[in-house]
Amino acid sequence: MSNAVSALQGASFDGYCKVDEAGLVGMITLRGDLSSAAVAKAVKTATGADIPGQGEITEGVKGRAGWMSPDELLLIVDHAEAPNVVDAASKALANEHALVVNVSDARAVFRVTGAACREVIAKLTPADTSVMQPGMLRRTRIAQIPAAFYLEDDETAVLVCFRSVAQYAFDILSDAAKRGGEVV
Amino acid sequence: MLILECPYCGVMADETDLHGGGEAHLKRFGPGSSDDEFETYLFHRKNPKGIHFERWRHVSGCGKWFHAARNTMTLEVYGTYSAQTYEPPKAIINAVKKKHPEWEGWT
Repeated sequence: MSNAVSALQGASFDGYCKVDEAGLVGMITLRGDLSSAAVAKAVKTATGADIPGQGEITEGVKGRAGWMSPDELLLIVDHAEAPNVVDAASKALANEHALVVNVSDARAVFRVTGAACREVIAKLTPADTSVMQPGMLRRTRIAQIPAAFYLEDDETAVLVCFRSVAQYAFDILSDAAKRGGEVV
Repeated sequence: MLILECPYCGVMADETDLHGGGEAHLKRFGPGSSDDEFETYLFHRKNPKGIHFERWRHVSGCGKWFHAARNTMTLEVYGTYSAQTYEPPKAIINAVKKKHPEWEGWT
């Protein structure tokens, strides 16, 4: 198998917030009936996390589960483990109306670190970032591309977008985080 | 800026997060209908100055279609509701009627 590399191979920018490309992150799309017990069990097995409620992201020992839409979850797991997780979950959900796909290599992940991480993202998105708390996930857009973000803690925001627009996302995030661009 | 609450995500999404889908609650006239009915279904749309029921898609969010009742003149939003319905729910109708007792109804 070819050597897996992330979109920008860990590119980083130091401004009044730090912007890092997060490297290889395992991401799995799970679509199905989120109220079903089998789906809840598969998510628990894959990540250790509970099914997230509307607009939430939950954390378990092996990863996270984010609420993407009423019938879609984003499972964040170890990159190398992702294919095994997909196999196991597909088997477990064989009798459900559900779909599990490994989308790790179709996405890019960025980490914005700093006290003003909400502000940096707020410059690019129409979403109200001031109400965002750790444990919440918001799917929206940054500038001209779709993106989702959540907070790991009060000073770390994680942003997920498509791999094909990774360079664009990195550029606008770096621009928003430039020193001298502080809003308050 | 038009801001609508997505009934699926529960978040306030602004116009740039959404995609407009035109008039809501159209009745389809397909094979077997008259030419006039088919033309009306395809091309004739309401364009009211006032209360309008519309379809919107939360395009950069959950990707789901939903309905919105709003006023094209004052830009007031009376409410948003699920796409899985053939007509506006009672609560939305009541919200509109409360503001506009003279309103003639959505059809």
